Amino acid sequence: MSRRTFLVSALQGAGAGAALVIAVPVDSLLADKGRVVERYDWNDHSYLFLVDISRCIGCGMCVKACKKENGVPAAFYRTWVERYTVYDEETTHIESPEGAMNGFGPSNPATGASKSFFVPKLCNHCKYTPCTQVCPVGASYTTRDGVVMVDRKRCIGCGYCVQACPYGSRYIDPESHTADKCTWCYHRITRGMNPACVQACPKGARLFGDRMRENDPVFEMVETRPVRILQPELLTKPQCYYLGADKEVR
Amino acid sequence: MPDMTGYAFPNDIHIGWTLMVVLYPYLTGLVAGAFICSSLYHVFGRKELAPIARISLVVSACFLAVAPLPLLIHLGHPERAFNVLITPNFESAMAGFGIVFGLYLVLVMLEIYFVFRKDIILRARRSRGPLRWILAAVALFTYDISEEALAVDEKIVRVLAGVGIPAACLLHGYVGFIFGALKSNPWWSTPLMPIIFLFSAVVSGIALLIVLYQIAMRFRGTPIDQNCLRSMAGWLWLFLIVTFSLEMLEVITLAYERSEEWEVIGYLLSHQLSFSFISVQVVAGSLIPLILLMVVVLMSGHMKAPLLNMLTFVASGLLLMQVFSMRWNVVIGGQMFSKSLRGFRLDYVPEFFEKEGTAVAIVICIVPFLLLLVADRLLPLWSQADAKAHQDESS
Repeated sequence: MSRRTFLVSALQGAGAGAALVIAVPVDSLLADKGRVVERYDWNDHSYLFLVDISRCIGCGMCVKACKKENGVPAAFYRTWVERYTVYDEETTHIESPEGAMNGFGPSNPATGASKSFFVPKLCNHCKYTPCTQVCPVGASYTTRDGVVMVDRKRCIGCGYCVQACPYGSRYIDPESHTADKCTWCYHRITRGMNPACVQACPKGARLFGDRMRENDPVFEMVETRPVRILQPELLTKPQCYYLGADKEVR
Repeated sequence: MPDMTGYAFPNDIHIGWTLMVVLYPYLTGLVAGAFICSSLYHVFGRKELAPIARISLVVSACFLAVAPLPLLIHLGHPERAFNVLITPNFESAMAGFGIVFGLYLVLVMLEIYFVFRKDIILRARRSRGPLRWILAAVALFTYDISEEALAVDEKIVRVLAGVGIPAACLLHGYVGFIFGALKSNPWWSTPLMPIIFLFSAVVSGIALLIVLYQIAMRFRGTPIDQNCLRSMAGWLWLFLIVTFSLEMLEVITLAYERSEEWEVIGYLLSHQLSFSFISVQVVAGSLIPLILLMVVVLMSGHMKAPLLNMLTFVASGLLLMQVFSMRWNVVIGGQMFSKSLRGFRLDYVPEFFEKEGTAVAIVICIVPFLLLLVADRLLPLWSQADAKAHQDESS
């Protein structure tokens, strides 16, 4: 190809590209983008999460689903499942191999455990959360519908929020070098779907609700059943409730 | 994956705040400590401290200049560091960092300027070429070193040093507050934290000055001013007593309460931190210097100067180590256990060559001394007598 033909074809290509850009109705793109926002009003929602411990079988599907949905890096977890094996009042064995991504190995029935149960964990999306309080640049924030999020474009990666979270829900993403955490799959819930972990749970141990939805069954359960929150003494007001959680659960 | 014992939340096995975050409070501690030492002379009229009054200010500035480095290296996005100043979230304890740091920097630079104004002018007068112009510009092209002008300088220095004391306390108390105000971590969450940081800062500052003073005098072949050194040893002893008492009181209170936290902290201190806390911080770093300084202060009349100098030197060296180990035990110790309060990391040793590793830390610690050497070339850092020598040289 001579220099002349190359330049001519390059110019033609550029021209065609420009025409394409103009031809695509920019307004419609924006409108499409706006439509999702238009349909979704965060003032109309107030989310909450309920974990029904008696239903969890420790299969780890939720952890796997979360990892896939959100591209969570290896060795870090937005959600995980713990297995408690209580022997007596003094001895409790807790484990969560790889966050229970691949479930748990068989427990040994001959050990004389008095009780054993699984506890799914995730960010509690605290109402008075220390993680957003300590963020020096406001990259951590709470949406009006009650979800604690991180703006990756603003986060400076100081790690103060990771230290401030009493539940171990946050980590510094080794790729983006910013704080990361469970978002209750905000990209899904704003489209009317459930978080991936709730969707993946085969036993309905993870339930996602909305206080502002009429007759919301999850909210109703939280209102009427004996639920508890984790580390209530810290007064962080978690929005994630636990049904049937043992006193050992922290 | 690190070796763990017990059950840790899966995200808690990582040490997020590394050696760099240990280094930052250590460096700002030296800054605040050296500054307060200079204020003992400028504000409280401890005339015996005259030989180190100037150097202490410059030491403070040199360490202040490198103090943000470890933080910048630690940040995931250092290019966004200025967002702390531009879009601060004032609910955050960390958001005031830029303001506190900036104010303190201005204050120290102003004080240095007024302390050395006369020397800058004298130096400008006998310099040639670009250096003369630079120094003249620094002196704002005013060569007034009349007695009245110098008296005004002195007054300004007094005021700046006076304002500087609370500023230094704020700078370092603030670092302690960043840790002390986290309710998620029982090893950090105590109102004593800022106070402990503050007092240990003064200890490290005075200790550094004692070490520097003795080494510098030896290299320069100048005799050590015994009054000055004895006075520094006395102040060091006093601040060490307060620091050590506070540090021990905190642990004793926790142990006596036998609260849930103590189950974690007691284990931490007797296992993961048994060497760095008990052996280094408490025994070698606090008890031995406490005895050495007691000997220096109470028995100085019965001992010869070289022995006293050596004891003070050794105690100061140990105290520099003590304060570093205290920062290590707080920052790293607080991350050796999970917030599940049931799992522990077995150990943490930073790599030598990594972004936040030991090599980088060593380089950062050397830079302030290089800055000091440069400053020493430009200005008479050591004492009034030194200044006079500079003056004579120029006339």
